[in-house]
Amino acid sequence: MRIRLNRGVLGTVLGKLFPLSAGFAQNARPTLSPTSIFSPVSSPADSIFGLSLFVLSVTAVIFVVVFSLLVYSVIRFRKREGDDGREPPQVYGSNQVELAWTVIPVLIVATLFMATVRVIAGIQNASPPTNAVEVVAIGHQYWWEFRYPALNVVTANELHVPLSDPNHPTPTFIKLLSADTNHSFWVPRLAGKTDLIANRVNGTWIDPHETGVYLGQCAQYCGTQHAKMLLRVYVQTRDEFNRWIQEQIQPARITGPVSEGQRVFETTACINCHTVAGTVADGRFGPDLTHMMSRETIASGAAPNTPENLRLWIRNPAAIKPGCKMPAMALSDQEVNAVASYLETLR
Amino acid sequence: MSTDVVELHQKVQVASPPLVGRLHEWITTVDHKRLGIMYILYALVFLGIGGTEATIMRIQLVVPHNHFVSPQMFNQMFTMHGTTMIFFVVMPLVFGFGNYLLPLMIGARDMAFPRLNAFSFWMTAFGGFLLYFSLVGAYGLYGAGNAPDVGWFAYAPLTSQTFSRGHSTDFWNLAVLVTGIGSIGGAVNIAATILCLRCPGMKLEKMPLLAWMYFVVSGLVLIAISPLTAAQIMLLLDRYLGAHFFDTQAGGSAVLWMHFFWIFGHPEVYILVLPAFAFNSEIIPVFSRKTIFGYPIMVAATVAIGFISASVWAHHMFTVGLSSSANTFFVVSTMAIAVPTGIKIFNWLATMWGGKIQFKTPMLFCIAFLFQFLVAGLTGIMLGSAPFDWQLGNSYFVVAHFHYVIVGGILFSFFAAFYYWFPKMSGKMYNETLGKLHFLLFVLGFHLTFDSMHIPGLLGMPRRIYTYEPGRGWDTWNLLSTIGVFFQTAGVLVFVGNLLWSYLKGKNSGSDPWDAWTLEWSTSSPPPAYNFPLIPSVRSRRPLWDLKHPEDPDWRYE
Amino acid sequence: MTPTTISGQDLPWELPTRGRVGMLALIAAEASIFVIFVVAYLFYVGKSLTGPTPKDVLRVPVFYTICLLSSSLTIHRAIRAIQQGRISDFRNWWLGTIALGATFLYGTAREWYRLIFKDGLTIQTNLFGTTYYSLVGLHGFHVTVGLVLLSFVLAFAFLGQVKQEHTYRLDVLSLYWHFVDAVWVVVFTVVYVIGR
Repeated sequence: MRIRLNRGVLGTVLGKLFPLSAGFAQNARPTLSPTSIFSPVSSPADSIFGLSLFVLSVTAVIFVVVFSLLVYSVIRFRKREGDDGREPPQVYGSNQVELAWTVIPVLIVATLFMATVRVIAGIQNASPPTNAVEVVAIGHQYWWEFRYPALNVVTANELHVPLSDPNHPTPTFIKLLSADTNHSFWVPRLAGKTDLIANRVNGTWIDPHETGVYLGQCAQYCGTQHAKMLLRVYVQTRDEFNRWIQEQIQPARITGPVSEGQRVFETTACINCHTVAGTVADGRFGPDLTHMMSRETIASGAAPNTPENLRLWIRNPAAIKPGCKMPAMALSDQEVNAVASYLETLR
Repeated sequence: MSTDVVELHQKVQVASPPLVGRLHEWITTVDHKRLGIMYILYALVFLGIGGTEATIMRIQLVVPHNHFVSPQMFNQMFTMHGTTMIFFVVMPLVFGFGNYLLPLMIGARDMAFPRLNAFSFWMTAFGGFLLYFSLVGAYGLYGAGNAPDVGWFAYAPLTSQTFSRGHSTDFWNLAVLVTGIGSIGGAVNIAATILCLRCPGMKLEKMPLLAWMYFVVSGLVLIAISPLTAAQIMLLLDRYLGAHFFDTQAGGSAVLWMHFFWIFGHPEVYILVLPAFAFNSEIIPVFSRKTIFGYPIMVAATVAIGFISASVWAHHMFTVGLSSSANTFFVVSTMAIAVPTGIKIFNWLATMWGGKIQFKTPMLFCIAFLFQFLVAGLTGIMLGSAPFDWQLGNSYFVVAHFHYVIVGGILFSFFAAFYYWFPKMSGKMYNETLGKLHFLLFVLGFHLTFDSMHIPGLLGMPRRIYTYEPGRGWDTWNLLSTIGVFFQTAGVLVFVGNLLWSYLKGKNSGSDPWDAWTLEWSTSSPPPAYNFPLIPSVRSRRPLWDLKHPEDPDWRYE
Repeated sequence: MTPTTISGQDLPWELPTRGRVGMLALIAAEASIFVIFVVAYLFYVGKSLTGPTPKDVLRVPVFYTICLLSSSLTIHRAIRAIQQGRISDFRNWWLGTIALGATFLYGTAREWYRLIFKDGLTIQTNLFGTTYYSLVGLHGFHVTVGLVLLSFVLAFAFLGQVKQEHTYRLDVLSLYWHFVDAVWVVVFTVVYVIGR
């Protein structure tokens, strides 16, 4: 495919313009932007990247041509000093010229269209192979619910997927649903965005060929805290992924008699919204907390998962995410500490 | 040099009527010129308000994790900013200039329905007041906010009673509904005026291009505003009578709202941009001293744009999960509309080619328009390629693109039009130095803000977020973007100051300061209430050219 | 100074009349609103989650449809009458039009009464209820507005104020009434034929 050649050349050019995403001829490794669309690591993002280079080149050429004509005409045909005041020759039109500049754009547009259609089909019409990992993502105001139906795992906000070898792909197919308003799943380095629409089933797929953490966030205005509905995708080797699955399947570890924190958790309204597998807490409105300590962030990426943040979040969610749906339960400092200590056992 | 035009009217001294009397005259006027000016002044006021909302947003986004305003306030700002700029700035400017210029350019005494004209203005104006009344009037549940905060396209089900408690959404709904009625009235008027009131000899193919463009605009308004009105009635029924049009819990469809909204929304942007094309088609020839290149194809391209624009709407919905065939269809139609649009740029270039270009303020804005509209069109092509849109859509790239069109294209054209027709409307010349200063400040500010804005989009920054994470590579570009705002503000202040000062103290402009060729320049500045003492009769597209060049009239070549 | 007539250019200059153009423009806008409600209706056919279906509760309003569509004929006769200066004939045909239109509205009211109180179908019940009442209601609203306008004219006619020179304006008004009837043809087809 001719695109390959372009990628190297244009990769360098774009790398100069966007030092943040330098060196993306083959393996894009961004230096400063973890969410650049020019650093794809998964097939959908890859094919979009290839298409984008083509479109950018074509539009760049058009721009240079027309812009030069504009600059030239403004300079060459300006009214000079000492002009005799006579009107220039009045030209009403020219059939040949007008035909030419109709036909050429039509041809350009046709070419762009054909390049585009191939990529649409390639991405949208892909069907999951038998070894694909199946995930159901449910968008909530303002967090992500992830379920792996075949593997019996329910988690939130941080999606784990296995690495995919380009020679034997093991993609992850994600079904996209919404529990309330419209959201959008966007992790630029992995794929284009697809919306999560209420009362509609959408889907997307990724097959990342490099391990790492990939960042994204909700890309469809869904309410007050749309800005902090962040997304993290962890691409792991097959072994690491399987280990993670095994850990997630376990119910909450019982490490002794019911702690003070667990008691507070289960008698205030926490269990109305949160699930802790293996206990009485089975609320669905908020994220599943069974393994919340296995996550690096809390509040859907709004804050790192540290002891201070956890206590701040429990005491007053609005301090981190004003307008989110988790209410402050007016707990005393001691109660906050107790609950946080309990949650910190949920690995 | 307009030596042929003779001023027939002497200045008669009358005692100035008292202020109350003058205000009453303006409020009850049905004169298209006064209504036009009222539309334009109304738009300028709301431009200031909308610009303030933008400034607030840009300050909030100048650094990551900023605390200038709360998320609730920010969400209200982007909703109000979008709604204000589209419905209460650009639409009034469209109808303001249209109402002012059309009768003058086609040799008529007024619009076809002067009272409908007044009704349409007041409906439009009232819509704006209603929207802003929400700041005081929209009591909701605590935390539900005052001004609407659902975004200017108010997607369902965010707008349902479940997710938008209180009345802020209703203010948005009703205000836009009411202003839509005003727009439909304006369009009925424009269509009837153009079809029925042209002066003798002015066949459709002899009308100024501005009239053609407005004719297509009126057709688009008639078929495109109604879908929004319909959808808003449905939303009203959902919110107050328990209907289920967009109630996803009852099987309703959120996507249906999107379809209806964008069936309106896409033609709407052509409604906004065609008048800009119209102004360029009138101004560029005059300051290049050449007739417009390819009038017939300009007309054909405009009509084609009108038709095709009704078929591209779902390119705003590429990420919604429509089938690949649907997405493919909309890629075709979107790319197709690029052709007649691009052709126009070539025609304008060809008009300048071989001419004697004068760099007066209106022409400066037109030249900038050509550059900016070219860029905007190209970023539009990028967005029209659906997979590319899957990355770029709903990001700051889109925000940059449409501001390039609306500010860089449309607002620049309106500035050109202001300066070009200000002498006709007021009888005074504006200050050319201040005009050029406005241009320089605004071009600098515009490019600082909106060129920078493309890049965060390419680096993954979605839109409508009140804050963002550091370390994504977005910080510097947001900073630059915010700095540009202050230059734009300065430019607009210079503009307003120039207009005010020139109106009060400027030199008399005479009836034809630009040595132009269309009928409005044949009458005095400002025109008398009846526009023309005798209804003119024309034989070509440039009647004044024929009069000034009897040895070489246009009608020999058309 | 205005450009004077250039010799040899004394063309007869006839343009369409603004009343007709204005009304047609308005009709275009209104048609556009109806299209959207029709699209919503068709989109939601068969998608209701609960409740009575069209087949269960709708009865085809043949008689009332005939009334409404005949009113197009009567208004046409009325316009012909006033065109030929036959004022009292005009009054009678015009009155007939209003009567037929009012009968249609009465029929709609009866149907709605039965649907709401006997069959339990309201705008809130399900998607069918939502789309049915809004579409038929929007049409009924336009009929009502039309009847109001027609009644104004009737009142003027009874006061002897309507003359032959008003033909053009009445013709423009009748365009609106024909539009309302044409919309009913579409609504009828969509609701009682396709949707059932």
